[in-house]
Amino acid sequence: MNLKVALAQINTKLGVVEANLERHLDWIDQACNQGADLVIFPELSLTGYVVQDLAPTVALRPLPEDPIFQPLLQASRKIDIVLGFVEEDVRNRFYISAAYLSGGKIAHVHRKVYLPTYGLFDEGRFFAWGDSIRAFDTRFGRAGLLICEDFWHASPPYLLWLDGADLFFFISASPGRGLNAAPVLENTRWVEHINRAYASLFTSFVLYTNRVGYEDGLNFAGGANVFDPDGNLIAQGPYHQESLIMATLDLHQLHRTRTRLPLLRDERTALVQRELGRILAADRR
Amino acid sequence: MTDLTINTDLARGILTDFIRSEITRTGFTRAVLGLSGGIDSALSCFLAAEALGANNVLAVRMPYRTSSSESLDHAQLVIEATGVQSLTVEITPMVEPLFDAFPDMNNVRRGNIMARQRMIVLYDQSAAFDGLVVGTGNKTEILLGYTTLFGDSACAINPVGDLYKTQLRQLAAALGVPKAIIEKPPSADLWLGQTDEGELGYTYAEVDKLLALLVDQRFTPQECVEAGFAEAFVQAVVERVRRNQFKRVMPPIAKLSNRTIGYDFLYLRDWGT
Repeated sequence: MNLKVALAQINTKLGVVEANLERHLDWIDQACNQGADLVIFPELSLTGYVVQDLAPTVALRPLPEDPIFQPLLQASRKIDIVLGFVEEDVRNRFYISAAYLSGGKIAHVHRKVYLPTYGLFDEGRFFAWGDSIRAFDTRFGRAGLLICEDFWHASPPYLLWLDGADLFFFISASPGRGLNAAPVLENTRWVEHINRAYASLFTSFVLYTNRVGYEDGLNFAGGANVFDPDGNLIAQGPYHQESLIMATLDLHQLHRTRTRLPLLRDERTALVQRELGRILAADRR
Repeated sequence: MTDLTINTDLARGILTDFIRSEITRTGFTRAVLGLSGGIDSALSCFLAAEALGANNVLAVRMPYRTSSSESLDHAQLVIEATGVQSLTVEITPMVEPLFDAFPDMNNVRRGNIMARQRMIVLYDQSAAFDGLVVGTGNKTEILLGYTTLFGDSACAINPVGDLYKTQLRQLAAALGVPKAIIEKPPSADLWLGQTDEGELGYTYAEVDKLLALLVDQRFTPQECVEAGFAEAFVQAVVERVRRNQFKRVMPPIAKLSNRTIGYDFLYLRDWGT
């Protein structure tokens, strides 16, 4: 089975959800026209990234009757959609969230677990952290969805792997930084390394979308990519420009790679649990 | 030792996109900048011309009576090389009445007045030309506070403020800024014979390496000394960076209410665009 995916490396309008919704619907149409089964937007694609005090005013509840989600759910009857938004829960906490929409339904919502609050980042000031990491079923297989800093930590992808994910959807709004003599920025290079590593270590598909554009002095570098279970790069987006990147995934590659390299079969989860229990109980460090 | 080499293609792409994005998203299409004849403003002019189209950039030369003719000539080289629109506004008759009112005025006061007068001319041209003022201050001078508050530091956007002088020179060369401008000793040209490096007491090549350790690599002053920098030099630079923090922030507002601009009223400038 093949999965034809479109990575929507878009720019956004800061804090103007309706304008960003229109942009989503446009790009969804383009993805459909190119025959995609799935389109993946970046982190906070409906709001822009540095929302700060705009968080409460741009927040949504991912419900079928929500006027922003309604047209997106309608579109998801033709194509599966991953997108990013600010979520307000029933007790008025705000999250950086991502949703997987399919067949007119919200199949999964992930709330960002790791909120970077250091250096140029201040997410912990404005947002509550998510508290669960769950894989979920799609019509292409079981998948996991993480948001930027979530996959800068090794444990969330690992948990998703054990929870059955063969497809990893990673989405970012990652400010470009670390200019040196190299032809790409340091954080771009870092993400390409770890995405390749996750695909290789977990013998899984990694699909990554990052936004482009500027917010004040911050640039967003794009550079969406897809790695296959052998760790091979099978699609690469351009840097610093909007682009719809198409990739066709031969999902049967999972079978071939895992036959050759049964890392999943041999993973000692009970050992991990036992040692983790010991480490957390006794050896506080 | 820290390597300050930058990939100039990458920097060029990011900075020209930045100028285009940050000017057009607010409804403008044009830029105004002061052209001193030095490398910083030359680079900003090349970047703005590439980002917006030469015809959308107004470069303003603002000589004072004692400004060196070389400065004017070098600014002219940039105007010709980029094809931007240009204007020359002599500031002498604007600043001299104030100088005359205080005959004992020293060079620093006079220099600040000239820098602020140029700001006034630029912001007036900003309204006349319908363009935003593009700044030209680099990371070295911003950190050292080698700038006039509300003078040459005043701008709407600054594309070159995260480049040390050493890095800015690399980018200027890559964009084709004339060699004569890149190679001459940097000077604010506020009085005769003034040079940046003479006034600061050290070269950009030296201080950029130190700043890269202190600021970017987060070395302690002691670690910088251990890395080979003279202790007195390190202390002088550390103190200079600290003392000039006031030039890098908005004036503090005394907090009284529950929600105060600057502390807990937080929005990017690009809010809604």
